[in-house]
Amino acid sequence: MVCEMENDYTEDMDIEILHSMWPEDIGTDVGKKFNIEKPGKDQDMLEEIIMMESTIVDFKRLMELTNYTDKGSSQLSHLMKHLEYKQANALQLLREELDNLSKQRHEVELRKLQILEELRFEEETYGDKRPVSILDEIYDLWQDVPRRKKCDVVVQNKRIEIDAEYDTSVHWKQKALDLEKMLEASVQREQILAEKLQESIKNLEKQSLPVEELSQILKRADNFLHFVLQNAPVVIGHQDKELRYRFIYNHFPSLHEEDIIGKTDVEIFTGSGVKESQDFKREVLEKGLPAKREITFETELFGSKTFLIYVEPVFSKTGETLGINYMGMDVTDQVRKRERMMKIREEIAVQKAKETELNKTIHITEETMRAKQMLATMSHEIRSPLSGVVSMADILSRTKLDREQKQLLDVMLSSGDLVLQLINDILDLSKVESGVMKLEATKFRPREVVKHVLQTAAASLQKTLTLEGHVADDVPTEVIGDVLRIRQILTNLVSNGTKFTHEGKVGINLYVVPEPSFAKAEVSLQKTSADQSSISGNGVEEKKYVSISQNSCNQNQALSDEGRSPVKSECLMNGGTEEQPQSTETTVWIRCDVYDTGIGIPEKAVPTLFKRYMQVSADHARKYGGTGLGLAICKQLVELMGGRLTVTSKEQCGSTFTFILPYKVSTICDHSDEPSDTEDDDDDASDGTAEGFFQFQPPSLGSPLSSHGSSWAQKLLPQEIGCATSRKFNRFSENSNSISSNNVKSKEITSDEVASSITDGPDLSESACSSSHSPEIQNENVDRRNKSRNGSADSSYHRELDQDRTAIATMSREQAHQSQERAEITSQCVTSRSTSEVAKPDLKPKILLVEDNKVNVMVTQSMMKQLGHSIDVVNNGVEAVCAVQRQSYDIILMDVCMPVMNGLQATRLIRSFEETGNWDAAREAGIELNLPASSCLSATKSNHIPIIAMTANALSESAEECYANGMDSFVSKPVTFQKLKDCLEQYLR
Amino acid sequence: MKKAELQQEAASIRRSLFDQGYLDEQFEELEGLRDDSNPNFEEEIVNLFYNDSARMINNLERALPMQFDKLDDYMHQFKGSCSGIGAKRVKLECSRFHECCAARDAEGCIRTFQQVKHEYTTLKRQLQTYFQVAKQADA
Repeated sequence: MVCEMENDYTEDMDIEILHSMWPEDIGTDVGKKFNIEKPGKDQDMLEEIIMMESTIVDFKRLMELTNYTDKGSSQLSHLMKHLEYKQANALQLLREELDNLSKQRHEVELRKLQILEELRFEEETYGDKRPVSILDEIYDLWQDVPRRKKCDVVVQNKRIEIDAEYDTSVHWKQKALDLEKMLEASVQREQILAEKLQESIKNLEKQSLPVEELSQILKRADNFLHFVLQNAPVVIGHQDKELRYRFIYNHFPSLHEEDIIGKTDVEIFTGSGVKESQDFKREVLEKGLPAKREITFETELFGSKTFLIYVEPVFSKTGETLGINYMGMDVTDQVRKRERMMKIREEIAVQKAKETELNKTIHITEETMRAKQMLATMSHEIRSPLSGVVSMADILSRTKLDREQKQLLDVMLSSGDLVLQLINDILDLSKVESGVMKLEATKFRPREVVKHVLQTAAASLQKTLTLEGHVADDVPTEVIGDVLRIRQILTNLVSNGTKFTHEGKVGINLYVVPEPSFAKAEVSLQKTSADQSSISGNGVEEKKYVSISQNSCNQNQALSDEGRSPVKSECLMNGGTEEQPQSTETTVWIRCDVYDTGIGIPEKAVPTLFKRYMQVSADHARKYGGTGLGLAICKQLVELMGGRLTVTSKEQCGSTFTFILPYKVSTICDHSDEPSDTEDDDDDASDGTAEGFFQFQPPSLGSPLSSHGSSWAQKLLPQEIGCATSRKFNRFSENSNSISSNNVKSKEITSDEVASSITDGPDLSESACSSSHSPEIQNENVDRRNKSRNGSADSSYHRELDQDRTAIATMSREQAHQSQERAEITSQCVTSRSTSEVAKPDLKPKILLVEDNKVNVMVTQSMMKQLGHSIDVVNNGVEAVCAVQRQSYDIILMDVCMPVMNGLQATRLIRSFEETGNWDAAREAGIELNLPASSCLSATKSNHIPIIAMTANALSESAEECYANGMDSFVSKPVTFQKLKDCLEQYLR
Repeated sequence: MKKAELQQEAASIRRSLFDQGYLDEQFEELEGLRDDSNPNFEEEIVNLFYNDSARMINNLERALPMQFDKLDDYMHQFKGSCSGIGAKRVKLECSRFHECCAARDAEGCIRTFQQVKHEYTTLKRQLQTYFQVAKQADA
């Protein structure tokens, strides 16, 4: 084959040489339809390519293919066309050559004719001078000969025209001879050309063999293909329909021809990807559609490589699939790069995500830090001035104060303390979170706590709500726990309740429950978050509790039941801070319900209720304010103490927050210790530990004094209708006064207890029940008045009165003492002081100052103090009338110009009462009266109370006005010490 | 030595307050009420007077668009406070205001009210100085 090719080339070259002989312009005229470059140029290169032969071809198969496949036939036809064209071209060339030759011959003939003419001309001596025309005529036949050709002729002619003497016979002879020679040469050349022509024709015949031509072209194409592909990482192949290789081109062959041809992929390689590629090829074969796929091979032969494989089916003319053409390109590097890129991109994405996350975290942390810092700063900012207030109040409480002021100060102090504690607690919240919060274990009295919480809430109450507390009998008197936290929780819950309740009541229920299930579960787990199960669990416990509390005689047993398993929960409660021996302690679980009749909580808001800064809705936040921190703190605190905080609520009906906490009970001071109980009774009664029920009515429902009372008195008038249950045996005792004065507001429980107390009547010394405070005083006053009227004939009213008071005091010292204590705790109205003084033998005159100007109030008070008197102060006429209704005074100092009701009118009303014994005139004047129903009071005519006017209008008519309105005297302002002293001396004798 | 000087100074301020008619004998009355439990009684009461007065003046200013009855009432209260501590000159201006009020003299009211305020602030300033010095002297 190769040899053949070589021959072909040499032939070509011969032709080429011929070409070069031809005039150039003729060559250019030839249409250049060949796209293959002149072989001569590429000769060396192609030879090289041939040397690098790596193709293994099954020629038989190729022939088959060219015969049978469309592609082959089209290729064949193309080759044929090419061949035909080439032949035609050769023919044309030959023809041109022929033309050329004949032209030359013509020229020669022409020359000959010319010579002959010249000869003739010689003979005839210059005859006709225009032979050309004749020639023209003659050579009309050759008109198609291109004119340019003449040049050639001319050149040849020039060459011919030579030496010799012109116009001599010798010359002509020589010329003729030359011409003869030329003619001979021409003829000779003609012969050669003819030979050449023959040869060309022969050659042409030889060339016209289609297979040879085709194979030559194919060879060349193949060579080019090789050239193009020599370094390409591609494998090209053809496989028949059994997927056996019929042809393969592989630039980096690792196998021999015999190893590949006639075999399938699977037979050739082993390893992953081989099967896949085989399947893919089969798929293409079956579908008959070309497809591309990337397949990674992992073979022993060439290791791990990824190929992009293109497979196209080959069809026969009839449409049958004959096999596939297969082209694979090694894209391992690209795939690797791509994968690396992907990985990098992925990493970048991850990195970015991390970065944003980190940024977010940083932002949150910063925010938290700032918030914490602000909280700390804020708390500190609040704490500093507040501690100033509290400590000043504390100092103030140590100075000489009257009882009323002391009471006010006490409330102020306890509230201040509470606020301080709360601030500390808020700071503690962060401690709870970080787990460094420590709980304190202190002894405290639950009843007291409940009472204080309610009292504080009542003091700041701005609406008409009833606050009540009920502590079950089985709740121990003293328990050990972190009272601050518990108070904080209670305060939070109660203030929450009051905030969202517009009418009705807010209350606290305290009772003992058995150890709840979550606590038992917690023994092993220590801490789990609250869930719904605890709510459902509560219901069950509640029922249990009911049965326990119903038979109160079982309570000790119940308690000891509670006490069975406390040891485990102790650690929960105290965090192990308690070091007391466990043998003296038991744990009791106390359930506390804080209920209200408020707006309730929608069901959907319950899950987020205990989350921080969460309120039921934005609307609520606007309407009710608050930070939304309260419940979160409560929950955290309760859980910290090993308890559970849950909520049940019904919209528009109210909510109940329930928390169950374990408390330790020291058996030493346990309430089951009966003998000491009776002895302690007195103390207990006084500090409120024995009371099981508290109620605080809104101020406006209380006495008329409070409704018009001075601003500071107004808020501190919880009407207490407490009925103490003597703790163990339900011994109740009361005196007749308190029974009669039990007013409408007393609850069912109270009346029940009253009933029972009547049966237990004789047990007077153990009286532990106090009535509403002010009616009691009133009754006392009535008694006193009655006595003074009946007993003596008005010799010396005041002395008599004193004696009576002493008598009363001795009679009911016990009771008075109690009420006094109670008054201290509950911070009763201003009049309470006088009651307590009943017990003292050296009684002072009761003085009422009616004055709206604070400066003057203070001045007068101080003066009175120096005179050894303490006074009650009211701020206007209406209050004065009410004060006189409540109790009698020995003297009234009355400002004239006052808001609401001036001194003159107030005096008139008081005088009217003194005359008629009733307050009809006052009622007519629009003063609300809050008198007990007891008729004896209204029937009583009071003695004339001296009323001294205090007026700045020291004009005579003003004085007359004072007298006209029933005033006894007047003091002109400014009040001086001396004036006051004189006045008092005159009227208080 | 220094203490004595301060005491002297306090006394002279006090004297001048009386001499210039800022205070009257009512103030001495207050001083008389001072005792062990209330060592700063007059200062306390004067502070109360400041608070009260601030409120009163505020009230008066709000009633100034000539609600004569209200003005009269408020001024009466203010006057009561003034006389309570013996603020003589303020009290005098209060009385003048009263007269203007009675005469329904709006211009006079405004004028006298300015006077009242002026006297009040002067007195306040003087008293503050006095108490400061007196306190230092006591310390």
